[in-house]
Amino acid sequence: MVRQRKLGERIGTFFMFAGPTTLIFAVVMVLPFLYGIFLTFTNWDGQANSFAFVGFQNYRTAVFDPVFWTSLWLTLRYAIVGVLLTNAVAFLLAYILTSGVKASGFFRAGFFTPNLIGGIVLGFVWQFIFSRVFPQMGRAMGWQLFSTSWLSDPNKAFWALVIVTVWQYSGYMMVIYIAGLVSVPDELLEAASIEGAGSWAKLRRIILPLIRPSVIVCFFLTIQRCFMVYDLNLSLTNGGPYRSTTLISMNVYQTAFLSRQYGPGQAEAIFLFFIVAGVSLAQVYFGKRKEVEM
Amino acid sequence: MSTRTVRLAPARAASAIKTLFLLVLFILYMFPFFMVVLNSLKRDTEVISSPIAPPSSFYWENYRMAFEKMKFMRAFGNSLIITAASVAAIVLLSSMCAHYLVRNKTKLSTFLYLTMVAAMIIPFQAIMIPLLKIYGSIGMLNNRWVLVFMYIGFGAPFAIFLFHGFIKAIPRELEEAAIIDGCGRYAVFFRIILPLLQPVIMTVVILDVLWIWNDFLLPSLVLLNQASRTLPLSTYYFYGTYTVNYGCLLASLVMTMVPVIILYMFSQRFILRGIIAGAIK
Repeated sequence: MVRQRKLGERIGTFFMFAGPTTLIFAVVMVLPFLYGIFLTFTNWDGQANSFAFVGFQNYRTAVFDPVFWTSLWLTLRYAIVGVLLTNAVAFLLAYILTSGVKASGFFRAGFFTPNLIGGIVLGFVWQFIFSRVFPQMGRAMGWQLFSTSWLSDPNKAFWALVIVTVWQYSGYMMVIYIAGLVSVPDELLEAASIEGAGSWAKLRRIILPLIRPSVIVCFFLTIQRCFMVYDLNLSLTNGGPYRSTTLISMNVYQTAFLSRQYGPGQAEAIFLFFIVAGVSLAQVYFGKRKEVEM
Repeated sequence: MSTRTVRLAPARAASAIKTLFLLVLFILYMFPFFMVVLNSLKRDTEVISSPIAPPSSFYWENYRMAFEKMKFMRAFGNSLIITAASVAAIVLLSSMCAHYLVRNKTKLSTFLYLTMVAAMIIPFQAIMIPLLKIYGSIGMLNNRWVLVFMYIGFGAPFAIFLFHGFIKAIPRELEEAAIIDGCGRYAVFFRIILPLLQPVIMTVVILDVLWIWNDFLLPSLVLLNQASRTLPLSTYYFYGTYTVNYGCLLASLVMTMVPVIILYMFSQRFILRGIIAGAIK
């Protein structure tokens, strides 16, 4: 009798404290995720309530679709360039801002500002800059590079996307790098200076090994964001010109909702899941390994 | 004395060069915002003919038109309700859940926690198509509260992850002492644990407000009718349907950005601290 009441009470506590979240999490994330995997093995067309199993047909369609590979390859190039440039700029900003310059708080706040605003609005802001302001400046100053809109040239549109990405994320990563840099003990750097180490040696041998956790976090945050970017892609280039900037997220959206190819679209989404999951697992692996190796 | 000034001079010069470099970069970073504000005050013809020139006169009419046409107040209200309700629910439900998971170490709670941590790596794109199918087929799309419900589901794993790490560090004895003093389960949570969680709550609130306020893809799929559009949605559709008048479009962008910038000015320290706390985990 006592045990039973205890069990009932325990179940009651579970439902009061963990129940609502567990239930919502299950029906919003777990169920659709599993159902999504299930759907990739069917020929569901987005409308009908009945569908048949088609095995790996959807995956085959996705794998043999050159458009899918083009956008995957483009996303990879975008991610590599975006991640390297973002982190280089972010680290440079953080390094200068922590070297005792005046008004560093003001600069830090300013560089972070683009991260407060959503990708849709930022994309429209830059669309105006690239299509109206830069060409006008190019003509006025005789700069050939800017004389036409970057957004109407497939190659330059890619770089427009990269520039806006670096502009936005570098402020975010800068904040994380600053947090790492200020935790490097001053005595260590002073001792190194007395031993005759130059700034480059101090950077390589002391600072970078010590802020390793921040570096890992920043790299993986940018990789994940670059692979999942959609809003900015939509409002800045809308995938154009001639589909030259259609990144993988937009491609999934278009395959599923515009071409009404739900099965192959979901199969592409599962590919994206494996990429992002792989990146995250790599982060856990690298983050755990040799945390402070000194 | 003289050697000291000699040694200090290069250091001062280096500092000046650094500040100058930062200033140039700062101007470059702010340039797009500046141009948008500048051109939002011009007549359309002036925007097209000379986007880099200062406005001949301030044309505030753009703001009035954009305010009306994009139904700014309604969109702002929708964004406010959806963001506030979602974030409040995420904080309350996730902290309660995390507390339970930390204090009741059973196989089920360990499994639940690991599932939620694992779910953090699922990209939204992998869920959106089945999500729409499921909720569409039971007629639950097109409702702001369903969107809030979804945000709780998507936001809970990360919030629980943060709360979990923090609650683990609170000594159990504190709760036991309170129970001996006659506190019930709820009193223990609401009077002792929840106040202690304040720094993590700040982090969760900041990260989730930035995410939900600016989110586009999920609301664009869920909120189909015009009346329930959030600010990013109404900006997007305004751009799609109203491409003739540049000045007016730019005014709509400025109006969308200003509320967040004002909030940032007052809470800049907290926001940056929240970003750091959320990233280092």
